[in-house]
Amino acid sequence: MTREKDARAGLLISPIENGTVIDHITAGEALNVLRIIGITGTTHESISVATNVESKKIGTKDIVKIKNRELRKEEVDRIALIAPKASINIIRNYKVWDKKGVEIPDRVVGIVRCPNPGCISNTNEPIQSCFLVQKKGLRCLYCDWLITKDITSHIM
Amino acid sequence: MRHIISIRDLGKEEIGRILDEAAAIQSRSYDPSALKGKLLGLLFFEPSTRTRMSFAAAMARLGGNFLSMDSVEASSMAKGETLADTIRVVSGYVDAIVLRHPKEGAARLASEFATVPVINAGDGAGQHPSQTLLDLFTIRQSMPLEGIHVGLLGDLRYGRTAHSLTHALSLYNVTIHTITPKGLELPAGLATELRDAGTEVIEHGDIASCIRDLDVLYVTRIQRERFPDAASYFKVASSYRVTPELLTGTKNNFIVLHPLPRLDEIDPRVDELPCARYFEQSANGIAVRMAMLLRVMT
Repeated sequence: MTREKDARAGLLISPIENGTVIDHITAGEALNVLRIIGITGTTHESISVATNVESKKIGTKDIVKIKNRELRKEEVDRIALIAPKASINIIRNYKVWDKKGVEIPDRVVGIVRCPNPGCISNTNEPIQSCFLVQKKGLRCLYCDWLITKDITSHIM
Repeated sequence: MRHIISIRDLGKEEIGRILDEAAAIQSRSYDPSALKGKLLGLLFFEPSTRTRMSFAAAMARLGGNFLSMDSVEASSMAKGETLADTIRVVSGYVDAIVLRHPKEGAARLASEFATVPVINAGDGAGQHPSQTLLDLFTIRQSMPLEGIHVGLLGDLRYGRTAHSLTHALSLYNVTIHTITPKGLELPAGLATELRDAGTEVIEHGDIASCIRDLDVLYVTRIQRERFPDAASYFKVASSYRVTPELLTGTKNNFIVLHPLPRLDEIDPRVDELPCARYFEQSANGIAVRMAMLLRVMT
């Protein structure tokens, strides 16, 4: 588990007994990471967020700790869209029980809204948005629209 | 279950098979009762004359029948029913569905909910694969598709026929020349995608500068509603008008295509020239759509 130290106050955010630590998030993207895994102001998880923390690996980074919730693989992989270098630590009894990187999934379902106002996925049809993850970006399964940059601004 | 949603899904081999089948049909080598007892549903949520009638004619020529939804106003869509529900219901009535819809991606959605094959007959500014197949078929009647120079003239920004066609042409090592009024250029993303796929895309300011290099000139309608007033439309439209004078000195095998309906883009005097193939192109729609129906319904 990562323990980021502050020179005066010891640990910047305290360790958790059980849950998930998402480390090496691209600096500034912590709140978007929470959005992407469906944790909003109305959910009940206990969350700690550290942002713009120094990192030997990536310069500056964000860290998110989620108490008493172990993220599943499919939840974790969505993070790769905005934080491809993130690492996931599953914590049990204060120890790292499992550590893994994030893998970009083949499809992203129900997370990103299609920017094309004429797309059928932006109507009241009973479907979720669906994007195929391609080299150049995300391609809408329905209208072929290609999102090549600023994916964060299209997250629902 | 086979659907035909986008030209992207087909690939070169499948396109070749459909065009070969269409060629056989055109030389009368087909079973006129191949689809006897089968029913085709024509769901057109947007106006259409050619596409709708030619699918109906294609079905009839193969011995089948069709059901047609006459207007959105008279349908359950007017009561707020989703397309997904309409498709599920109509799937229970017919053996295949031909869909035209104003929203892009509508045919893809329909294919997810249908229990019968779906053919996309145009979805918003998106795909129109049956038009593209008949465009390719018409070109192939005059010349091999590989390595030719195709000029696209007109509204390439909003024209779905042009978008579909460029995808298909990129499979045949074709050089694409674009001639468009300002603001109606090929969408930047599409042009980049074509270039990344190895297709040469050359933009021209006027038609005269490239007409003698072309094997095919594909003309599309410049829509009046894209312009603030009639005067600015006529100014632009007249400078993109194809006339017999413009076509002097073109290559021997040169042909002119247009998905129709046309307005003022092509001078009616061009109709008399041997290079004018747009009415044959339209007629080819029957054989190509027969081949498509056979592909998904048998």
